[in-house]
Amino acid sequence: MQASAIRNGIALPRWSGWAIALFCFVLLWKFGAEQLPWAFEYPRKAMIPAARWIGDFTKWLLNEATFGLFTFQEFTRFIAAVIDFPYRIALSLLSTGFLQGEGSAAVQITPPLSWIAVIVTFTLLGLHAGGMRLAALVAACLGFVALFGQWQSAMVTLASILVAVPLGVAGGAALGVLAWRSPAFERAIRPVLDLMQTIPVFAYLVPILFLFGFGPTAAVVATLIYAMPPMTRVTQLALSRVPGELTDLGRMVGCSRRQMLWRVMVPASMPSLMVGVNQVIMLSLNMVIIASMIGAGGLGFDVLAALRRLDFGAGLEAGLAIVALAVALDRLSQAFAARRTGAAPTAGNPVQRHPYLAGALATIVIAGLAGLAVPAVQTYPEALELSTGTFWSEVVAWINVNFFDAIEAVKNAVLLNLLIPFKRFLLDLPWLGVAGLLAFAGWRLGGWQLAVLAGVLAFLIAATGQWEKAMITVYLCGISVLFAMLIGVPVGILAAERERLWTVVRVVIDTLQTLPSFVYLMPAVMLFRVGDFTAMVAVVAYAVAPAIRYTVLGLQHVDPKLIEAGRAMGCTPNQILLRIKLKLALPEIMLGLNQTVMFALSMLVITALVGTRDLGQEVYIALTKADPGRGLVAGLAVAFIAIITDRLNQAGARAARARLGLGDAQA
Amino acid sequence: MTADPAESRDAKLVCRNVWKLFGARGREVLETLGPDPAPGAITAQGLVPAVRDVSLTVAEGEIFVIMGLSGSGKSTLVRLMSRLIEPTAGEILFNGRDLLAASDAEMMMIRRHKMGMVFQHFALLPHLSVLDNVAFPLDVQGMGREERIARARKMIELVGLGGREDAFPRQLSGGQQQRVGIARSLAVEPELWFLDEPFSALDPLIRREMQDEFIRLQSVLKKTIVFITHDFDEAIRLADRIAIMKDGAIVQQGTPEEIVMSPADDYVREFSRAVPKAKVVRVTSAMRPADGPEPQAGVDARATIAEAAPLFLDGAERLKVTEGQGGTLGHLHLADVIRLMLGG
Ligand SMILES: Nc1ncnc2c1ncn2[C@@H]1O[C@H](COP(=O)(O)OP(=O)(O)OP(=O)(O)O)[C@@H](O)[C@H]1O
Ligand SMILES: [Mg+2]
Repeated sequence: MQASAIRNGIALPRWSGWAIALFCFVLLWKFGAEQLPWAFEYPRKAMIPAARWIGDFTKWLLNEATFGLFTFQEFTRFIAAVIDFPYRIALSLLSTGFLQGEGSAAVQITPPLSWIAVIVTFTLLGLHAGGMRLAALVAACLGFVALFGQWQSAMVTLASILVAVPLGVAGGAALGVLAWRSPAFERAIRPVLDLMQTIPVFAYLVPILFLFGFGPTAAVVATLIYAMPPMTRVTQLALSRVPGELTDLGRMVGCSRRQMLWRVMVPASMPSLMVGVNQVIMLSLNMVIIASMIGAGGLGFDVLAALRRLDFGAGLEAGLAIVALAVALDRLSQAFAARRTGAAPTAGNPVQRHPYLAGALATIVIAGLAGLAVPAVQTYPEALELSTGTFWSEVVAWINVNFFDAIEAVKNAVLLNLLIPFKRFLLDLPWLGVAGLLAFAGWRLGGWQLAVLAGVLAFLIAATGQWEKAMITVYLCGISVLFAMLIGVPVGILAAERERLWTVVRVVIDTLQTLPSFVYLMPAVMLFRVGDFTAMVAVVAYAVAPAIRYTVLGLQHVDPKLIEAGRAMGCTPNQILLRIKLKLALPEIMLGLNQTVMFALSMLVITALVGTRDLGQEVYIALTKADPGRGLVAGLAVAFIAIITDRLNQAGARAARARLGLGDAQA
Repeated sequence: MTADPAESRDAKLVCRNVWKLFGARGREVLETLGPDPAPGAITAQGLVPAVRDVSLTVAEGEIFVIMGLSGSGKSTLVRLMSRLIEPTAGEILFNGRDLLAASDAEMMMIRRHKMGMVFQHFALLPHLSVLDNVAFPLDVQGMGREERIARARKMIELVGLGGREDAFPRQLSGGQQQRVGIARSLAVEPELWFLDEPFSALDPLIRREMQDEFIRLQSVLKKTIVFITHDFDEAIRLADRIAIMKDGAIVQQGTPEEIVMSPADDYVREFSRAVPKAKVVRVTSAMRPADGPEPQAGVDARATIAEAAPLFLDGAERLKVTEGQGGTLGHLHLADVIRLMLGG
């Protein structure tokens, strides 16, 4: 910032550039409508027909593209086969049993694993990895699924998770290793990973639908695209963080490249790699509901169906079953990550050496045989199922009867006084001015590269005809983030000072983050029905966790010496909080803001289901119409918004760090 | 360069005018700056001159200690010697062969069978037991399980860790972990043994104990050793010869005695000042030609003054200095001993 002023040779105050830019912007906005109508409404003639191009491209890929040796279609069929084969086995094992013959003529050769066998197997896994408490937790989670009559669907979901996770882990790790080995590959793949993580999932559902058809295979592909990038990043990071001494050791004892990777690097970074595995599991579970839109079936389908017919109780139960699965798999994988390999006993017969494995196999066989005689062992008896569905529906009905007016009043007040005026304001703005202002911000915060990036991406949103919908997205996202920060920062400030409160808050936000995002939608819809307000409530609930987390982290990282110094100078507690702590924690809080925006955007797309009018809706409509171009263009627009916010924000945080003398900005 | 007599005879490892500049285009910068560039000129180009024009010879069977303060380039030098990194300029000979000309495959074989390294922070593999850690280099070589386990057990026995074979690194104290590191580096029976500050991460008492252990091991093994330390006392205790580094260059090399008795500059003098001379100076340096009657008591030629001093306690004025079973080399006078010891 100073550098630019020095370059210009003018000693203007720092804000003067901003003042000029804002002045120009207001000028254009207030008085430009007559002279420059195209600056407000992007001219139709100059529109980039990106949607059509993408549509044509997809058709070309499907019908004509070839890599010489094989066509693109053969390539997708190959991928489908790689996924399909293990999926069939997993599904047969868990849900359908092994069949002979096709369709309705199929004959069951063996039944699927009995519910008792599955629960016992997972419980033994828990015992093996984390002891009694974990075993009890896992058993309780799976028991919950059975008790509430979700077993069948849950097993279908579990089958696709069991296929997606190993593939995602292997694929992600392989890419990570390549990125670690070759900086060129790393540079090439990073923007792709960025896009994979910022494009809303809906956007690539349609192309996947085109390439793989409706069904579980397509769902697994979508899950992989969504869940793989963190594994790649984690792998690359973990490998590059292996202490230099260990790589030196590997070379000194004469390891070959392969030995180096498998005997030194991978084992040494195993705990971090397991964090990546955990991420893949959680993200795969996050995808369960969305994936059911292109044929995943299982619990996700149940939730979606319930949401569509506004059957809250049924949706909630299926949603909670997903949560139960998520909790069980999450804790299991975390326990495996934290587990330290003890010496494996080498003595004794195979059963003594592997008591858990032996136990699981024995249970499977015994339960399988007993299941032939007693059906209740094979399938969880319906008589013992519990349903709270009607209860929840009644609760909602009761709230609506008794509090309808109050709720409605709050909702309308917020809508009329805040949401609608803000939306109008944003929609009025000239796209040219906004793009220019963003470019200017980019230039001030991060130099001309950032300016070009911000300006061009904003222009592309306008040029592909997405401006209006993008502004609605920005408006919903902005309002939600504002509320999330208004709630999150004060809670964070309170929690940062109080150890006990923080422990409680952390458990709560950790749990909130394991919930699939759809779960947030349900109570919101129950209470507020469809509309922007509902969307906002759901987004705030989803996005408040990072706001709290980063505030606490930022405050806790403030150097205690500086606080001491403040106290020594006689600052009041308030002054210490405002002048020292919050100021120094600002960069980290800004990163929290960044995360909050990312969370909000990803949730916003999902709220299309409750009738917003933004880019998310556009993507969703494209999905229902199976129009790949339209969906991708809108999806890319969301990604662009995310990228612009992210880069500007990070550059801002970096500048703040530099100004506060907090050293290197690479947080 | 003048020919070093040791170099032709039994030199295990020779470095000739070795340079290492960290940063881009080091080689070109070094060429443009001429044969003897000032450190300032190199840093001005954005490069770090970590090792500057180092020439040294490690003779077969000796303990060669490289001593210097933190950041003086010791680790870089030892990494150059094992070719973990490539020098910017210079020559490195191992067993008389140009090490820099070896192919990757040859380097792999040399490191597998002829070199061993002990690391400052132990570099133990966290997922392997003590036994498997020690056997790891043998496993990498492809040695069969029976044989490598047997060899690893022997090494663990040798460093005094018998009974802890099944423990994991995190269950061991720092000193024990470094014993594992030592056992592992010895398992391949290396000809050349690198130790990069092996005892620096240990607290003083353990460090002392490990030094004694090291001296005991070397008296059995008789390896050629390159030992890195930033502790001058440790260097004096262990070294046959010492090279003192400062800012990437060697400021002096010689026996501990030479360094203590005639430091090359103030930097070296600063280190040697605190060292009691009597602990370094050997009796051969202080003795006079034999004259007069032959004294009763004798002392070995390799002993230091401090070791010889107690022998004067029974009232002798002179000691004879003998070499092994051989004859008398000279006489050590009480007066000289007192002067040295009081002189500090
Ligand atoms: N990979 C590298 N890239 C750039 N500079 C390096 C690199 N490795 C070492 N250096 C620099 O080279 C110089 C010598 O470092 P070196 O690690 O050899 O010192 P050292 O004597 O072993 O110190 P210590 O006692 O702390 O281990 C230091 O200034 C260091 O910053
Ligand atoms: Mg070092």
